[in-house]
Amino acid sequence: MALTQTPITIEREPGADRTMILNMGPQHPSTHGVLRLVVEIDGETIVRIMPDIGYLHTGIEKTTEAKFYQQVVPLTDRIDYLCPMTNNLAYCLAVEKLLGMEIPKRAQWIRVMLNEITRINSHLVWLGTHAMDIGALTVFLYCFREREDILRLFEMVSGQRMMTSYFRIGGLAVDLPLNFLSRVKDFADRFPSNIDQYENLLTNNPIWMNRLKGVAYMSPEDAVALGATGPTLRASGVDIDLRRDTPYSGYENFKFNVPTSTVGDVYARYQVRVQELRESIGIVQQCLEGMPEAGPIKADAPKIVLPDRENMKTQMESLIYHFKIITEGFAVPAGEVYSAIESPRGEMGYYIVSDGTAKPYRVHMRSPSFANLQALPAMCEGRLIADVVAAIGSIDIVLGDCDR
Amino acid sequence: MPLAPAITDIEQLKDKPEVAALLGWNADALDGAKFDRNELIVWIKRDQLLPAAQFLRDHAELKFNFLSDVTCVDWYPSEPRFEVVYQLLSIPRKSRLRLKVKLNSDDARVQSVISVWQSCNFFEREVFDLFGITFEGHPYLKRIMMPEDWKGHPLRKDYPVEGYR
Repeated sequence: MALTQTPITIEREPGADRTMILNMGPQHPSTHGVLRLVVEIDGETIVRIMPDIGYLHTGIEKTTEAKFYQQVVPLTDRIDYLCPMTNNLAYCLAVEKLLGMEIPKRAQWIRVMLNEITRINSHLVWLGTHAMDIGALTVFLYCFREREDILRLFEMVSGQRMMTSYFRIGGLAVDLPLNFLSRVKDFADRFPSNIDQYENLLTNNPIWMNRLKGVAYMSPEDAVALGATGPTLRASGVDIDLRRDTPYSGYENFKFNVPTSTVGDVYARYQVRVQELRESIGIVQQCLEGMPEAGPIKADAPKIVLPDRENMKTQMESLIYHFKIITEGFAVPAGEVYSAIESPRGEMGYYIVSDGTAKPYRVHMRSPSFANLQALPAMCEGRLIADVVAAIGSIDIVLGDCDR
Repeated sequence: MPLAPAITDIEQLKDKPEVAALLGWNADALDGAKFDRNELIVWIKRDQLLPAAQFLRDHAELKFNFLSDVTCVDWYPSEPRFEVVYQLLSIPRKSRLRLKVKLNSDDARVQSVISVWQSCNFFEREVFDLFGITFEGHPYLKRIMMPEDWKGHPLRKDYPVEGYR
């Protein structure tokens, strides 16, 4: 188990025993970023494995303490760069909970729709790179073809392809652009056949099954004990999904299944995530059908939410509020919240402490990659070195998320 | 939606199963409780943390089997300076609880809960690295984010946000 580990010293006497130390990463194409694994191997069997992280540590938690609340939103994009909208949402929900704020229905539905598109985006990158690690190069090209469509949607809605920063405390930055919903509809109608395409290439492919089935098994007890969340936990048979169990941002209005598997190997995690793609596209379809036609996209709180540009040109009050929010920020009542949402990787939690001023006293991000990485040694020890790459891919780690 | 005022009186919080169970187990271990913004916070005395963690995990009705997160808040310059924060989740009951332990700056040590929840491994290393809190009984308490030869603990409030130390 991961916890009984003693430090692996690199210097040892030659010929002292039969194991050897292998450094995997930090510059390794299959570690999905700058993850370094110190692996002790006996022949091809792994004796111990120890993740070494921190190469991407940027001190975002410290930086937030010097920013106004609204200035933190763009920082949250950079944490998990594959699902920017999820991070925006997690942060905004936490601050809105601190403020005790209600968000208009249309803003909530747009948030849910964009979050599910983000989940698809993130899972597509996972599927493409995971398949490429195993040796199925074709899938990568198909996945990134659809991801390009999603990035165009993001660009359309926020002006940015990756670091969207589209959500604001109290709502959204601007309303959706013209024809956006019909573009999403096009994508949502087309995408299920794309999933079939990926599954045709992989699901019953004998090489894929041989490389994945029975590999990196994790029991439900270990998964819970080691703090794994998201698809990694659900593939071990623990049925928990924060969207369904503790609904936020209007998720209680949507019908979806939570895919689980009791097998607990890499193939099970693959199946769970591919089914999640189908569920997510179902939620997007429900959003499109039930989207409130018109209405506010920001809460009615002039001291917190920036005024519309048009009003600023004609109304003195709006101009004053704009000036005050930009120069002084807004005070948040003292207190603390922990708000967790279901990111594509698992439980993304924000713990925010306010001391009553316009800057957060402490912001802590509970990032799913960081916790899921603890499960890696349990998956790999005692198994073959060739399976490490499959195990890393199966926990869907993003090192920006891990190191913050 | 105006905020409801926070409840800090333990007597009023006795209807919460977590508080009631902890009071029934060992009323001396509690150092206060608070219900604010629909979230329950319980302060535990430092030397009682490990038994309290064990109790909360193994209690037949509470079942806090999942430790989501461990972090810390620095209240410099007031004392007790540090608050170590544990976010618990009960997967069967889908409910959360926040445990807190207050630590003085001259004795910033607390027992590791690794024997109760193994997932605290990385989280406690992170708090050790960025706040300088020692977790007794942790099997491998080394820096995790910063380089091993780094001086100081960046998330402490007396550590500057920018500029050279």
